[in-house]
Amino acid sequence: MVIKGKIHMFGDNVNTDDIIPAVYLDTTNPVELAKHCMVGIDSTFPDKVASGEIMVANKNFGCGSSREHAPIAIKACGIACVIASSFARIFYRNAINIGLPIIVCPEAVEETKDEDVLEVDTTCGRIKNITTGKIYATAPFPEFMQRLISAGGLMEYVREKQDMAADVN
Amino acid sequence: MGKTIAEKILGAHMGRDVSPGELIEVGVDIALGNDITTPLAIVEFEKLGLESVFDRDRVVLVPDHFAPNKDVRAAQQCKILREFAKKYNITNYFEVGRMGIEHALLPEAGLVLPGDIIIGADSHTCTYGALGAFATGIGSTDLAAVMATGQIWFMVPESIKFIYNGSCQKWVGGKDLILHTIGRIGVDGANYAAMEFCGEVISSLPMSDRFTMSNMAIEAGGKCGIIQADETTIEYVTPRAKRSYKIYKSDSDAKYKEVYEFDCSRIEPQVAFPHLPSNTKPISQVGDIKIDQGIIGSCTNGRIEDLRIAAQVLKGKKVHPEVRLIIIPATQKIYQLAIKEGLIDIFIEAQAVVSTPTCGPCLGGHMGILAEGEKAIATTNRNFVGRMGHPKSEVYLASPAIAAASCIKGRIASPEEVL
Repeated sequence: MVIKGKIHMFGDNVNTDDIIPAVYLDTTNPVELAKHCMVGIDSTFPDKVASGEIMVANKNFGCGSSREHAPIAIKACGIACVIASSFARIFYRNAINIGLPIIVCPEAVEETKDEDVLEVDTTCGRIKNITTGKIYATAPFPEFMQRLISAGGLMEYVREKQDMAADVN
Repeated sequence: MGKTIAEKILGAHMGRDVSPGELIEVGVDIALGNDITTPLAIVEFEKLGLESVFDRDRVVLVPDHFAPNKDVRAAQQCKILREFAKKYNITNYFEVGRMGIEHALLPEAGLVLPGDIIIGADSHTCTYGALGAFATGIGSTDLAAVMATGQIWFMVPESIKFIYNGSCQKWVGGKDLILHTIGRIGVDGANYAAMEFCGEVISSLPMSDRFTMSNMAIEAGGKCGIIQADETTIEYVTPRAKRSYKIYKSDSDAKYKEVYEFDCSRIEPQVAFPHLPSNTKPISQVGDIKIDQGIIGSCTNGRIEDLRIAAQVLKGKKVHPEVRLIIIPATQKIYQLAIKEGLIDIFIEAQAVVSTPTCGPCLGGHMGILAEGEKAIATTNRNFVGRMGHPKSEVYLASPAIAAASCIKGRIASPEEVL
């Protein structure tokens, strides 16, 4: 999938309490969670984000709790892809499991500025900075994760495996 | 090439050798969920249309975060958990009155054992590494998949070794050692890695301090925080275990990504300043920080040993008139033991309030939320912006000894100042 859009920049160690404060964890509804996305650090974020836009952050994005409400809120508020210098591990797997495209690319993060427009091919991990013209290639996901992603997320992957097991039986 | 404990536990569950960087799908011994993360998992699980979970004895469900129900919406979440547990006949569902904070409760109940693979939809699941288990936090969809299949995907982590030499100063315990460690390596210093804590100081620590250390491995980004099981572990586990377990040891030629050594005789009691657990200072360099509230409890420091230390400091003293001290025993058993030992009397005489077990204030849920501009000293594990309430409130992390002393003085203080 190719995404072209405006970016929203964040710093180091954005934690899951920043992304979705615990007080909003009393629901599993993505639309409700989206209304409070990033309010821990920017109370205006839910109003200014639009569908198809891209989040760019420095190192250790998504550190802290295991709450899957965090990537769900980001996805539900319209963010099409998160690019970071690095991700905290539970956020990383949660994003993969729910089908929120994420890309690790410290070089692109370092050289991207607030007003830049990026074009991202989430399948091959290629990032193009439309403003500067620079292109960044990132390592593809390991084969196992590609299978998860192409299945459409972890639960679809589980369902496929169950169907296969049922066929064998 | 030798193997680390983490590699050996994962390898044993795979039935073959595994190496760091490898992606595996592996069976788990215990899967844990709570009232915040499980409702999301249940939505995903129900989509599969299964008649049962993979093993009703190996799924553990604990309403502890917003329980006892803090409001109507929390009550709805807890109800979802309760009804799921009933529908699928979950053996280990712990209702209010029988529950505790999950990471204190599971070891106490003998549900998690050395050599296990334990996953939990809660980041502090790494606590059980203190038993010599591979325990790590995962998300809700992960939990749904595990409840369905008993299997999870992992990347086999590299290991980082932390060696603690010498002996601890007075009032220094597991909380100080782990805060000091996070201060040294940073909040992503162990990202994706298995932290392995060892050395003569670790061998001499009681289980409570070991749980505190493993609990906060996640605050350095660690996948787990493992301590090799020894006599202390066996003594703790033996009266509790209802199934067999296996002890794994790292080989002397095991490969580590990094090795850190600490001379513990030089480590003072630590305080982590807002807004990162890595923002640590020794108590002698804290300065004059006035506080409005103290919290002694949580999955990090709500065990009976923690309460004993708090009582030792608070005995015969009064909490500062401008401070609220909230003490939360982590489980019903700990609460009852604290009553029998006279600790609760000491707390109430000191004008602290004692709460039923709950995660409550640690994540800004209930039972002690901070107003704008307020500061708290807490034995909890995170001091992010707004973690305990208003975005302009502040949390300082420390041990039960420091928290108790600070509540008496009205500012962050060492027990030496009050005893």
